[in-house]
Amino acid sequence: MSQPSLIERLGILADAAKYDASCASSGTTRRTSKDGAKGGGKAIGSTEGMGICHAYAPDGRCISLLKILLTNHCVFDCHYCINRKSSNVRRARFTPQEVADLTMAFYKRNYIEGLFLSSGIVKSSSHTMEQLIEAARILREEHEFRGYIHLKTIPEADSELVTRAGLYADRVSINVELPTLAGLTRLAPDKNAATIEGAMDTVKAAIVEAKDACKRFKSAPRFAPAGQSTQMIVGADGASDADIVGKASRLYGDYRLRRVYYSAFSPIPDASAVLPLQRPPLIREHRLYQSDWLMRFYGFAPEEVQQAAGTDGMLPLDIDPKLAWALKFRDQFPVDVNRAPRETLLRVPGLGTRAVGAILSARRHRTLRLDDVARLTVSIAKLRPFIVTADWRPTLLTERADLKTLIAPPKAQQLELFAA
Amino acid sequence: MTPFRDARIADAFAVPLAAPDDFAGWRGQARRLLMADVPPDRVTWHMPGEGGGDLFASGRRLPVPRADAPQPRVPRAFLDLAAKAALHRDEGRFALLYRLLWRLQQRPGLMEDEADADVRQLHRLTRTVRRDMHKMRAFVRFRQIGSGEDERYIAWFEPEHHILRANAEFFVNRFAGMRWAILTPQGSLHWDGAVLSEGPPASRADAPAQDAAEELWRRYYGSIFNPARLKVGAMLKEMPRRYWKNLPEAALIPELIAGAQAREAAMVDQGGTMFGEERPGSLPEIAQAIMACRRCPIGCNGTRAVPGEGQSDPARFGGLIIVGEQPGDSEEEQGRPFVGPAGRLLRAHLEDAGLDLSRAWLTNAVKHFKFVPKPMRGGGKRRLHQNPTAKEIDICRWWLEGERALLRPRLVLALGASAARSLLGKTVSVQQVRGQPMPLDDGSELWITTHPSYLLRLNDGPRAQEEGRFAGDLRAVAARLAELAG
Repeated sequence: MSQPSLIERLGILADAAKYDASCASSGTTRRTSKDGAKGGGKAIGSTEGMGICHAYAPDGRCISLLKILLTNHCVFDCHYCINRKSSNVRRARFTPQEVADLTMAFYKRNYIEGLFLSSGIVKSSSHTMEQLIEAARILREEHEFRGYIHLKTIPEADSELVTRAGLYADRVSINVELPTLAGLTRLAPDKNAATIEGAMDTVKAAIVEAKDACKRFKSAPRFAPAGQSTQMIVGADGASDADIVGKASRLYGDYRLRRVYYSAFSPIPDASAVLPLQRPPLIREHRLYQSDWLMRFYGFAPEEVQQAAGTDGMLPLDIDPKLAWALKFRDQFPVDVNRAPRETLLRVPGLGTRAVGAILSARRHRTLRLDDVARLTVSIAKLRPFIVTADWRPTLLTERADLKTLIAPPKAQQLELFAA
Repeated sequence: MTPFRDARIADAFAVPLAAPDDFAGWRGQARRLLMADVPPDRVTWHMPGEGGGDLFASGRRLPVPRADAPQPRVPRAFLDLAAKAALHRDEGRFALLYRLLWRLQQRPGLMEDEADADVRQLHRLTRTVRRDMHKMRAFVRFRQIGSGEDERYIAWFEPEHHILRANAEFFVNRFAGMRWAILTPQGSLHWDGAVLSEGPPASRADAPAQDAAEELWRRYYGSIFNPARLKVGAMLKEMPRRYWKNLPEAALIPELIAGAQAREAAMVDQGGTMFGEERPGSLPEIAQAIMACRRCPIGCNGTRAVPGEGQSDPARFGGLIIVGEQPGDSEEEQGRPFVGPAGRLLRAHLEDAGLDLSRAWLTNAVKHFKFVPKPMRGGGKRRLHQNPTAKEIDICRWWLEGERALLRPRLVLALGASAARSLLGKTVSVQQVRGQPMPLDDGSELWITTHPSYLLRLNDGPRAQEEGRFAGDLRAVAARLAELAG
């Protein structure tokens, strides 16, 4: 059978990769194409601490990396996945050389920060992993590519291969796929939770070891300097937000992940009928990211985020989890912005990390009044019931039963276009 | 006459700067003015190509600081922000910087007070410039000309602020191994692989009009986007329309947005939300509903659906569901499962194994009959059985799950690979998994054996052997069922 043209295959294999949420190119070491100018200065590429989004798609997502599959042929049969064996999608594959060439062509025109390569499983997990690594090797060794590389790791592949991937890649990731064991068994019958977490553990160990070696030997090889990440599909199994938050915090703790991505299950063409589902509201994904932020940057413990959820374990969709928490624990408010420590200020709904920094710094020079706080923050209206300033004290606002409607007036509900 | 008095007499000093982004020049002059005690309201700043000259102040010579004037001191934080803010288009930027510099001499901690109007304005300018620099790094698009030794990359870009020179290092660091040029209305940068040089302002026509790779890039852009999650506002916030004209991919945006809803509807149509959340609440309702089910091609072939049958009274149900593949020719005609040749063979073996059919439920993985018509000699047609596809089995699984949920069996016996797939969601090898229990997520046990029609297709020798194994599997199931019933 003749292969479709390069552009056709690019279409197929990009389409197949679009359900992976991550496109981050941040958090790696700084490199430039001028570093160690051996080989006649042919090198291309650099990385900054911060990633760059080179374009935005109409789904609002950043396009930072060339995110493609090496192939969408797959011997696995995961029901939520468009590339599962029993799906009727068109199949295509790239050679590692083609992937490397395409990456260079895009990178040299400044379309992208680098490559995010994943793949369906062909022949065997180890064979597939070897092909992914080969694409990264060509980029690094033959093209002297210094940009960002993210490799999706196949958990069932040899752990030796997983470790090799980290030597070329800035970031490696392994998807846990579903937050519950029952969900994984049902929807990804060929996958095994123990294998997935085992591979994460291998990567963690390799990262720790490489960091350690770097301290002692300057020339020690770098291993996945941007760490590892994972992705969970939200809304494909019965997991509640509390379950998901719990699982995420355990993953952060056990495997020192840099990021957990949440991907609202999205209808896929040629879906398996084992998914008798509505798509979850996109806002649910957003609330999960917000709760993730609360744990990573706002000093919330996972149990506290879970307290913000209702009795069914679901975070409210109409208000953010921080506000939900504050409404439940009103006795913690109001907070005096002129006196409260950082940790307490970070709990105030409407105060972000930047605003808290500005308040802490500004209050060394003046006693803050409501106007001052308004200048340092986005919305004073949302903030007022929760704070005390030199000229403002809420009159028992936090005890009002209608506080929620005061701060977050109910929006007109848009009806689902495809509601069943 | 001391310079101090000279400053008080002057209406204003017009201070020229060499270029709109001449921060170093501003810094030198500002230091001088500060040491000469010239207050901010007596200074105006002038750049080539910006604003008119100040008529009242022009020509006045700048004051000379006293030799013993103290060196002004500024916090590092101010200089870092000021260097960025100086690149802003805002005409008042240098005046703001000088005013802050002046005030910092009295209040060295001023920079920490973000509630101060001048400090906030400085932050605002800096943020805007940072963003513009960042967007330039993101949205410059090179086009290739020449090949081999002559390969070069040219970009046309229109920055909002005076950031071209400030961004040069980034592009050199990133594309050191290429020869490239970035052309803008403010000036141009040229890198020959070793040396960076500056050139005059350019126009769009100086850059190449196209690049062969852009077709690939557009295909990528159109494919990576998920039409099920349209968020145009989020896109516009980060990629405002004014950048679109120089982005090859942006031409696609209107059609992608317009087509998104249709594409999502098509995706939903093809699956996803094929079934609602609610299952029928009783076995007769399922039997009724499958008659009308047209969710897969088999359902649409015009045959009669064959519902499951057997013991549905919870008090008398023995906990066993037997699942076959799909109705055959006779089953479709009679509308009942397992009434053809294979069914007769099954019934005989069940009895031998001591499995009481009157206490079990008989059903199929697929409820309609899939066949191809085969012309017979002497006219007429025979309906030749065809295996359902994995997809068809997965669709029909919905109904089987409904039956299981209502009957709550202790043990499910799957006959053949299609039945096994229906229960496991994946394809397994019957020969490898037969004769052993497998847990299902509702707590029941799955046992798998061959389909009796397989036995019918074998010749004498192998058939006797396989029938023996089949009977053995059924005996094991009978024993296990008795055990589970306790």
